[in-house]
Amino acid sequence: MGLGGWIEVGRMDELGRLDSPVHRVHAQAKTVTTGLFVVAVMSFARDEVSALTPFFLYPLALMALGKIPPGYLVRKVLMAAPFAIAVGMFNPVFDRQPAFAIGALTVSGGWLSFASILLRFALTVSAAMVLVACTGMHRLCAGLERMGLPRILTVQLLFLYRYVFVVGAEGSRMVRSVELRASLTRALRFRVYGSLVGNLLLRSMARADRIYRAMLARGFDGEIRVLRPARFRLSDLAFVCGWAAFFAAARFWNLAGLLGSLLTKGVS
Amino acid sequence: MSHHVVEVRNLGYAYPDGTEALKGVSFRIEHGLAVALVGANGAGKSTLLQHLNGTLMPTTRGEVVIGGTTLTRETAATVRRAVGMVFQDPDDQLFMPTVFEDVAFGPLNAGLPPAEAEERAATALERVGMGHLRNRPPYKLSAGEKRAVAIATALAMSPDVLVMDEPSSNLDPRGRRRLIGLLRSFEHTRIIATHDLELVVEVCSHVFVLDGGALVAEGPTLAVLNDEALMLAHGLECPHILHHLHPHGPA
Amino acid sequence: MHMADALISPAVGGALWAVTGGVSAYCARKLKSSLRGDLVPMMGVLGAFVFTAQMINFSIPGTGSSGHLGGGLMLTVLLGPHAAFLVLASVLAVQAFFFADGGLLSLGCNIINLGFFPAFVAYPLCYRWVARDAHDGARLWGASVLAALVGLQLGAFSVVLETRASGVSGLPFNTFLLLMQPIHLAIGVVEGLATAAVVSFVGRARPESLGSARGGSDVPVSLRAVLTGVLLVTCVLGGVFSWFASTRPDGLEWAIAHVSGREKVAGAASGLHEGLAAVQGKTAVLPDYGFKEVAAGGQSEGAARASGADAAETWPAVKAGTTVAGLAGGAITLVLTCLLGVLVKACQRAG
Repeated sequence: MGLGGWIEVGRMDELGRLDSPVHRVHAQAKTVTTGLFVVAVMSFARDEVSALTPFFLYPLALMALGKIPPGYLVRKVLMAAPFAIAVGMFNPVFDRQPAFAIGALTVSGGWLSFASILLRFALTVSAAMVLVACTGMHRLCAGLERMGLPRILTVQLLFLYRYVFVVGAEGSRMVRSVELRASLTRALRFRVYGSLVGNLLLRSMARADRIYRAMLARGFDGEIRVLRPARFRLSDLAFVCGWAAFFAAARFWNLAGLLGSLLTKGVS
Repeated sequence: MSHHVVEVRNLGYAYPDGTEALKGVSFRIEHGLAVALVGANGAGKSTLLQHLNGTLMPTTRGEVVIGGTTLTRETAATVRRAVGMVFQDPDDQLFMPTVFEDVAFGPLNAGLPPAEAEERAATALERVGMGHLRNRPPYKLSAGEKRAVAIATALAMSPDVLVMDEPSSNLDPRGRRRLIGLLRSFEHTRIIATHDLELVVEVCSHVFVLDGGALVAEGPTLAVLNDEALMLAHGLECPHILHHLHPHGPA
Repeated sequence: MHMADALISPAVGGALWAVTGGVSAYCARKLKSSLRGDLVPMMGVLGAFVFTAQMINFSIPGTGSSGHLGGGLMLTVLLGPHAAFLVLASVLAVQAFFFADGGLLSLGCNIINLGFFPAFVAYPLCYRWVARDAHDGARLWGASVLAALVGLQLGAFSVVLETRASGVSGLPFNTFLLLMQPIHLAIGVVEGLATAAVVSFVGRARPESLGSARGGSDVPVSLRAVLTGVLLVTCVLGGVFSWFASTRPDGLEWAIAHVSGREKVAGAASGLHEGLAAVQGKTAVLPDYGFKEVAAGGQSEGAARASGADAAETWPAVKAGTTVAGLAGGAITLVLTCLLGVLVKACQRAG
């Protein structure tokens, strides 16, 4: 991830604060829809490949309508891919039972399930990121709270989010100051690490104390109160129902397969 | 509730390890005055300020009385509504996801209904000229904007007294000029701890000089700041502005 | 050790989400009743700290690789188990949503694997027991390494169980286990050392901070609560695993016979039976490939290979005819969806 990781967080948040038809959909609606999406995708049999492809419509549609740069998202998905590949690649190794043949080429069940894993990975990861990128941390947490997430957790997420930039910047500065004084290739020596991270921790705790004093100064009594939350509208309900219907259709009928057979029938 | 007189009587405070930070400080500030608290680093300015809204309580002796109410743990909540504090580091003060929510934090905690809290917040933001930033997250603001918003968070509670710790630190000239204009326009009692002596001359009518935890001098700004011997003796110096007119300042 | 959605079935993912939800609700309630207003900013900032600290690496001498702090144990030392669990959950959530570290479905699993064991098992049972209130010295370092090892081993084992129970990956249980546990032994030592380094630094520089974050009135973790939690997690994992294992009764009976030296476990009390069978199933499966071989015996033909056995037994065979059409259709669908996206973007730019 690198020490610039927290900058990435800021970039996603920036996208979350744009305005578009997708951004205006209630966070709760988008979260529920994404949840249904993930369940639908993950519930497929392990060697299902083609039936998964229509599901790409969801993240792609949101990306296009939500003005999210596709290259950005693709890059992030690719960066997270190695783990899925690492685990999934054992499948072709262990499962060599042939599944079908195209001409002279025999494809084993292992390759199918590997492809399935990769597709599933790409789908769920892009759906999660699109959710954040077109909602923004703030609205997302408010929506989650309405769905029952305990307030202490939403507050925690928002505070974490708020201070990740501050602490991240402090950490970057500290690491840079060490780098300037020592010839480093990549990592610190253990002794230095202990003091550096220890210092960062002390500063973070001191900051938390100061924040608490600022909260007290404005009357904080332990309860975080919120302004009026956005209302759930009919269009939001339509969003959820519409997509849910599509997911159901794509789950129970292999839409890609149907399309394919239509075409192959037409051809032959 | 106007005419909040700020009174500090023989205030003594010692750190847990025994060092005395404040040694019997006493003063009285009438309503509506702008007063500067100056002194070398470590003189006790921040410690003193923190006593004014109950963040710290006197440990050895003395008391703080705001508008006739003695500040104790029980009365702290009420006093904090009358005394708004602006801290040194705005990042400590802006902890909500958006500017608007930060400014509305105070009114909401005071028990105001959300609609009214929103109105207060909007007014306070307009007052400091930051209304256009209401939906911005705090980390995306410049230092000057953060400072102005931090002031707005205090203003939103409609305090009678504004206490500020180094308000002009880290500001660029334009931001600083805007801050000075803002401070001059307030009618609240203003107590400002600062190293920025030029700002003191432009904004404050009275000065308190702190050294080693004791109040060593107080009086009208020009009288105190012109006293070269006094200033040098306590780790300060006379600001230029007393001898030359600042081209961009008030006449 | 982040699990990806790729490895989890909805059943396992959902089950672990339920556990996470339950534990989170419990922690939230406990914290609320402790009335510690100052925990709010502290938890947030420490979450940001852990997030940042995870990106700072130190070199491990002699190996040429680098390590970094995970943070679970560290947070528990500073905040106590309940707050630490919630903070870790928030850090993992941000990582899942912003960096695709792990996934949505598997987030529940990750939170339990990486958060529950250090906070509710390793810390109270190992760290506290060894370190007592030490702020520095051998006791601290020993406790830290021990607790980190235990926490990570338990977490790694959970990952293996969850993966196996999901059956998505073709990786055989034993191979995965033999891969995960030793690796996490090393990671555990690194984590323990890193945690101790930071805690001892703070302990030397500002010893009062170590106590202050938790506050004088530490929210106590009752041993009963810990054991209940461990039992709950074990039952869920065991239940899911035994459901999976129950699809091959032969293997289970063989395992039981192997362990207990008797032909069958005589009908024990029904409630206990499933739990015990699950536990024995786990322990018996560990040593060697016996599980697979016996399983293969009771399966349909074409199941001679290692995990091919699982595939043929639980999932329907792939039919050749539909697959070709399916692949063609799949490719075309992908192209169409991309074109649609491009079209929308073009309209947006023009309009």
